[in-house]
Amino acid sequence: MIDRDSSVTEEELHAFVDGELPADRQEAVTAWLATHADAAAQVGAWRTQADSIRARYGAVAHEPVPDRIKLDQVLRRDRASGRHLAAMATAAALIAFVFGGAVGWFAHGASAAAPTGFDTFTAEALDAYKLYVVEVRHPVEVPGSERPHLTQWLSKRLGSELRIPDLQSIGLKLVGGRLLPGPTGAAAFYMYEGPSGERFTIYCANTTTTQTALRFKSIDRFAAFYWVDDKVAYVVSGPADRERLETVTKTVYEQVDKSGAKKS
Amino acid sequence: MATFRQNVEATIPALRRYARALTRDSDIADDLVQDTLVRALRSEHLFHGDEVRSWLYTILTNLNRNRLRSLSRRPPLSPLEDNDAPDLAGPEAGGRDIERALAALVEDQRNALLLVVLEGLSYREVADVQGVPIGTVMSRLARARVQIKNYLDNGRPALRRVK
Repeated sequence: MIDRDSSVTEEELHAFVDGELPADRQEAVTAWLATHADAAAQVGAWRTQADSIRARYGAVAHEPVPDRIKLDQVLRRDRASGRHLAAMATAAALIAFVFGGAVGWFAHGASAAAPTGFDTFTAEALDAYKLYVVEVRHPVEVPGSERPHLTQWLSKRLGSELRIPDLQSIGLKLVGGRLLPGPTGAAAFYMYEGPSGERFTIYCANTTTTQTALRFKSIDRFAAFYWVDDKVAYVVSGPADRERLETVTKTVYEQVDKSGAKKS
Repeated sequence: MATFRQNVEATIPALRRYARALTRDSDIADDLVQDTLVRALRSEHLFHGDEVRSWLYTILTNLNRNRLRSLSRRPPLSPLEDNDAPDLAGPEAGGRDIERALAALVEDQRNALLLVVLEGLSYREVADVQGVPIGTVMSRLARARVQIKNYLDNGRPALRRVK
């Protein structure tokens, strides 16, 4: 409708309304609008929308900020909760245990034969993912800033030399990690976060299998890749965007595989 | 890092405004702001840049998305078209209309429109917040504006030519 005259695009009209139009196009668009009543009406309607939105919500920014979201209060409360962090982490681990235990039990009931490593590990890993990924305040026990400590601690608890993958190259920062009860003892759990807040986790635990191929599983909005390398099972979990998860998995795989090669 | 905290603090009123428009509920909005602040302070060490404001908008936008997702797992609380008197006139009615029109938008479109129009972010900044190219931001804006216009024109014929 607007592109009858290709000299001004609809995108330019939006940019015009939003003050994003380059200065050297300002005059041309203004002149063009003077002779295109339909487009001018449209621009007018967009401006009216913007005005109504500002009229409706603009005043909120001038209200006094409630105490509970004043920065010093948030800081103080957050520090106080930090003191209880250890206790809460224990509680969270207990929940994970009960949660994971129930899944293991059901899985056991479902097939009298021992459930496969793939089933148990991915179930545990996805449960942990779902449980912790929504956590805003306590997603991990040890923050990513203490990577050496985290590596050392989890390696010691699992009894195998772990390497926490660095996923910066694909835009994921290490949030941190925690220790979880796994089907075969301790399990290490790392969480990563992308620039837009999307989270991915890596779950690893010892297993008796030496090696398996990569397997994929998706449940609801979540998905996981599972494989075993050198008697360590890995499960990479994330939102059910298979392509993205594949990229993440590939990066993880290359790094842990490299570390495996280094060891032998 | 006093400057970091000062920048965060200076952004709180604007975050409240954005959150209010997103949630249409002052308590939920302030909860979102609070969670945003906690998260920002906790990941202060992860922040390497000078765009504190965009970063805070990004966190809030994502927390709200998580909130909407967890809501969508429950049965809907109430239909969008509630039972408010349909023929209210005056500025109050106009405010409620735009509120409903915004609520009827797809989330990404609503976020983009509010960030540009209400929060005054540049297209570039919105692209960073949403993690998409600028072209995507522009098409979200365009679609949002068409949707709102349709909503106001067809949803509320009585108010069509008011003022």
